[in-house]
Amino acid sequence: MTAWLTRHVQTLIGSLGRLARHKLATALTILVIGVALALPACLYLLVSNAQLASGGWTRAVDLTVFLKQPTSPEEARRTADRIGQRHDVAQVQLILASEALKEFRRDSGFGEAIEALNENPLPHTLVVRPAEGYTSPEHLDALAEDLKSLPSVDVVQLDTEWVQRLNAILDALRRGLLLFGAVLGLGVMVVVGNTIRLDIQNRRDEIEVTKLVGGSDAFVRRPFLYNGVWYGLGGAAMAWIITFVVLAVLQEPIARISLLYGSEFKLSGLDSKATLTLILAGVGLGWLGSYVSSTRHLRAIEPR
Amino acid sequence: MIRVDHVYKRYPNGREALSDLTLQVQSGEMVFLTGHSGAGKSTLLKLIALIERPTRGQLIVNGQNVAGVSRSKVPAFRRQIGMVFQDHKLLHDRTIFDNVALPLIIAGVGTREIGKRVRAALDQVGLLGREQSVPLELSAGEQQRVGIARAVVSKPPILIADEPTGNLDPELSLEVMNIFRRFNEVGVTVLVASHDVHLLERFPIRRIRLDSGRVSGDVPAAAAKGSGLFDPGKLLGSEVAP
Repeated sequence: MTAWLTRHVQTLIGSLGRLARHKLATALTILVIGVALALPACLYLLVSNAQLASGGWTRAVDLTVFLKQPTSPEEARRTADRIGQRHDVAQVQLILASEALKEFRRDSGFGEAIEALNENPLPHTLVVRPAEGYTSPEHLDALAEDLKSLPSVDVVQLDTEWVQRLNAILDALRRGLLLFGAVLGLGVMVVVGNTIRLDIQNRRDEIEVTKLVGGSDAFVRRPFLYNGVWYGLGGAAMAWIITFVVLAVLQEPIARISLLYGSEFKLSGLDSKATLTLILAGVGLGWLGSYVSSTRHLRAIEPR
Repeated sequence: MIRVDHVYKRYPNGREALSDLTLQVQSGEMVFLTGHSGAGKSTLLKLIALIERPTRGQLIVNGQNVAGVSRSKVPAFRRQIGMVFQDHKLLHDRTIFDNVALPLIIAGVGTREIGKRVRAALDQVGLLGREQSVPLELSAGEQQRVGIARAVVSKPPILIADEPTGNLDPELSLEVMNIFRRFNEVGVTVLVASHDVHLLERFPIRRIRLDSGRVSGDVPAAAAKGSGLFDPGKLLGSEVAP
């Protein structure tokens, strides 16, 4: 068992040493794999960041609740308190009709026209901000429905259409990401497989001799599998660096845009889970590509 | 140890390398296979090592019928046979130590044990101390001896050699043949194919002559007069390991 483990570690290190001796070829292979992995990784960042950003906007979309006329200010306050106690509501702001009229008179320039009115035409208004985690279209619709059924409520205004549209687009992008990832993953396997094929051709003598002295298929294949793992790992690291650079370049202009929209949104990079996924995908695809290729091509090499 | 029973071997190009070959080699015996090139010597050795398979007939090696050895069992089968080649088939990007250690690594032997056995094998062929050289730094004779060390390092019961002296001058050839004799003396069954009749006649060893894929002469050891001048122990000045 110890001998077996030692042998694996030696093969692992030995394969790394061999790759290090062919620097340019190895670097090119890793670069190609890195680019292929970086594309889906960047698309993933696009989707996840869009989701984060839209999450921020959804929270900014409040429900506007107009109360029936006439409703006394006390009744309006009670209604506001009641709504404020709901678990899916973060905050309720009450704008009394009198305050609204004052504001309107001041800001609109229709002061004199309003003076001519006998009574205040404006209703009491509640601005309801949904709690975090309750901003999906379904939750918002349900909340609006509930608010509408309150006795003193007249109209609830809610515009979720654009949120739904954005979510639909994100869903489509997510599916595209899967497809894209699958195609490029296949590409990574082909790149690794082809590199391994060339490697096998270059080491024909060695493979033949190893088989002559009794090396099994698994033994002969082992260094090539480790090569594939190294390629995948290197490619994943390269992809991580590429996404890091892309992010660094975009960070500043994106920050400026979100500032113009009055948001504090910042691009987020690959979190630890996404990084782990990237590494596992790289290693897995590298291993799989070399497994398929070496199994196929090593069979053809038999001592003569 | 090796039983060849009415074996035929026809290659895909139609050439019949062995036709109705029958012979037997006892355990612990040493045999020279002679004959012109194309007589079937190499083919017989390839059948024994399962590099090729018989077209017809039965071949039993170390108690195993080769017909019953599936492709996946070939590596394990080969580990009981040490092979020496005319071009020694050493790996030039590795040290002598790594070359000789290869069969042990394949067999999964522990690192410390490998070191001991590789040095013992190199000692037996007179190359102790050259572990860290690479094959190209060695002379042709030395390279062939490394090939022999690799063939015997895992102590296989059978040792086969195909023209092991083909590229060597007479003196080095004698040296190499004496190494084979010493392994035979400790119980290894040795089969050496060579067309160098002059060399072989100097040893009191059984000679099987092949011609067109059949046995055309079998001189038993008792009848084969060796010149008796060559004591293998003295030649290399080292002792035979038991």
